[in-house]
Amino acid sequence: MKEMSRIVKTVTNFVYGFIIIFGLYIIAHGHLTPGGGFQGGAVAGSAFALLLVSYGSLNSNKFLKKDIFSLFENFGLVLFIVLGFSGLGITFFYNFLANSGSWFGNAAFIGINPGDMNTGGVIPLMNIAVGLEVLSAFGVIVLTMASGAEFTKKKEKS
Amino acid sequence: MSSFVEIIHISTLVMMIIASFLAVVFRKLLPSIIALSVASLLLSLEFYLLHAPDVAIAEAAIGAGLTMAIFIFAIRGTR
Repeated sequence: MKEMSRIVKTVTNFVYGFIIIFGLYIIAHGHLTPGGGFQGGAVAGSAFALLLVSYGSLNSNKFLKKDIFSLFENFGLVLFIVLGFSGLGITFFYNFLANSGSWFGNAAFIGINPGDMNTGGVIPLMNIAVGLEVLSAFGVIVLTMASGAEFTKKKEKS
Repeated sequence: MSSFVEIIHISTLVMMIIASFLAVVFRKLLPSIIALSVASLLLSLEFYLLHAPDVAIAEAAIGAGLTMAIFIFAIRGTR
């Protein structure tokens, strides 16, 4: 698949970093504001789709590797299930970090407040795990679709 | 105040129907995909007006971003 015009590539160079940062912001604030792991991962994954559409699949094979995305996806899933099994002393998926005073362990305020990032126990860590998984999964989906389109085109031409 | 919100709802839905109709009518494929993406983006705006910002973010990222990218790959594969 060949690349798009110079205008599209220049706008992509300006914009894709901001899209990834906005997705990571939605993931990190998942327990306070609307959004969470899935939504932030989808926003950050659309940046990879933009990069792949504007640069073409042949040029972007240099900086988007399917193996690295697959590695991050497996890491996110393993982190999620390890956090689930860590609370097994009481129940499965028990929130063992909430109100404990350590990581993300402050007690949540009651009522209307600006919000504290350091609350929520195990939920922000699970948001990060799900966000990493969804981001890399969308990268793998888009790369597989692009290489499948390339394969179909080559097969029809021969 | 409530009539203002109702006007925004009705105009969003009417624009969505127009965009979906254009997605069927267009002869070229790339403008048809862009019209479909506009319909999905207006659906996301409608979700936001109905006080569901979670669903609005997911719809805007998946419906308007990734679906359009995959349709563009499909078109590039055909020619």
